[in-house]
Amino acid sequence: MTAQRAVLALKLALWVGALAPGIRLVHGVLTGGLGANPIEMLTHWTGMTALVLLMITLSITPLRRITGWNPIIRLRRPVGLFAFFYALAHFGIWFVFDMVFNVRWMLDDIAERRFITVGMAALLVLVPLAVTSTRGWIRRLGKRWGKLHRGVYVAATLGVVHYYWLVKADVRLPLAFAAGLAVLLVARHPRFAAPRPAPGGGRSAAQREEDDVDAERVRIG
Amino acid sequence: MIIRRAPDIRSSEITPESVYVNRRQFIRAATAAGAVGMALGPRALAGEEAAQSQEIPARFARMTSELDEPLNTYEDVTTYNNFYEFGTGKADPSRNSGAFRPKPWKVRIGGECNRPGEYDLDDLLAGVTLEDRVYRLRCVEAWSMVIPWYGFQLSTLIDRVEPTGNAKFVVFTTVVRPEEMPGQRAPILRWPYIEGLRMDEAMHPLTLLATGVYGMDLPNQNGAPLRLVVPWKYGFKGIKSIVSIDFVEEMPLNTWKQQNSFEYGFYANVNPNVSHPRWSQARETRLPGLFKNHETLMFNGYADQVQHMYAGMDLERWK
Ligand code: HEM
Repeated sequence: MTAQRAVLALKLALWVGALAPGIRLVHGVLTGGLGANPIEMLTHWTGMTALVLLMITLSITPLRRITGWNPIIRLRRPVGLFAFFYALAHFGIWFVFDMVFNVRWMLDDIAERRFITVGMAALLVLVPLAVTSTRGWIRRLGKRWGKLHRGVYVAATLGVVHYYWLVKADVRLPLAFAAGLAVLLVARHPRFAAPRPAPGGGRSAAQREEDDVDAERVRIG
Repeated sequence: MIIRRAPDIRSSEITPESVYVNRRQFIRAATAAGAVGMALGPRALAGEEAAQSQEIPARFARMTSELDEPLNTYEDVTTYNNFYEFGTGKADPSRNSGAFRPKPWKVRIGGECNRPGEYDLDDLLAGVTLEDRVYRLRCVEAWSMVIPWYGFQLSTLIDRVEPTGNAKFVVFTTVVRPEEMPGQRAPILRWPYIEGLRMDEAMHPLTLLATGVYGMDLPNQNGAPLRLVVPWKYGFKGIKSIVSIDFVEEMPLNTWKQQNSFEYGFYANVNPNVSHPRWSQARETRLPGLFKNHETLMFNGYADQVQHMYAGMDLERWK
């Protein structure tokens, strides 16, 4: 199987996997299968899916380094975009059903509730990343694109804090996400990221960032 | 057309069932009848022992709260609730409580009272008359339901065991059975679950010990075989599967306050003016509605009956 085909297969799997939770939720809404409080289920599963997809986004670069298989980088943008759209839907559901379209209530809540504040911050960090994920923006931003898109680490961290702060008692799952995030952040550190850095010969973090951008460009090219 | 109403209870008097003729209510009653019919549908019956062996009595088709609110369906009441002993998800209690055995059941009554002892639940129930009580249930998480509980006033039990003058608070404890309650196998909360009431709250005529819902035995997920219902307080005060009742002098440390004293207090009176740190308590989602646009009432709509007990208290502080 050529790399081209493998990437295509993975993309297909990604689309199926990433759309599945959304389809299940829409189906649940239409058939009444979400129980007595469907909005809670919608908030729960869109938030959860957004967070899981963010974590997958972050794991693609380390995976690429571990496997040495560069084409996998082409999955990074679509996974990230799916994460963004779930986060946006998550916010939209909250705004429509919990805030009942009331901007005043929304602003009050963002200001007063720290878990909402950081959730909102996470979403806002993701907005410019989603906007600049087009080919045009990648070309225009050049090397700066990679730097900007490191913001996804910020968004994921805020997302995990958001989750940790909102649970009432059982923090095991939020802590598991925090541990996963810590591993991914450490994996990013130059010392761990470059498997065998020959003295003077190892690539700098900046260099690797550029490689990543180049990889995106290869896709465009 | 005669419409019977759930009793409207005031502290001063207990109003008998009033009789109504009202066209608007008739229409709602017809709708409610449909809802109960739906609750009896095949989906609701699956795995639902209580509903399988008994039918929802016809009287509920016409019942509303004293504010004319329609009842939530049997299915909603029994498939969506918090009972962390069976898991933290709202559907976990109905899914994971199949192995729980609520019979036979003993309740230990102790502390500052003249007739302490270990009582068989059947003996405790022998002397009381069970009645329907339609109450709003307002969860601290800002959702609510209207539920026809079935039970008796806690005060009748308290009178029977004769608390002494030293009894200032009543403490309730939930059973600990990790083999039957999968949630208890993890330290999600510090088990056993503990709740308490001040003596006057416990004696209040609204305060109910429920053995059933919709006129039938409580299903395991709703706190079988005996639970507390205190309608002017947030739902977590309604401790489930009670195995002991103690009369004490000092205010007990209830489970959620122990878990997080910044967020939950001892009183936990429903109060739209005092926010939970993580969300406003001014509005609620009245299930099965979708929007959080139902205004929360002071003391959950029972202010006339209960506010005298808190006169002069800073409700911001004693939350
Ligand atoms: C990247 C952005 C975000 C991520 C990854 C995220 C993730 C999550 C996760 C994992 C949950 C827990 C689901 C559960 O267990 O019920 C959750 C719940 C929630 N999120 Fe977010 N979220 C994000 C942004 C937001 C925003 C912008 C808002 C609103 C302004 C928001 C509001 C909520 C609410 C209200 C809940 C439910 C809280 C509760 O059940 O008490 N989130 N979110």
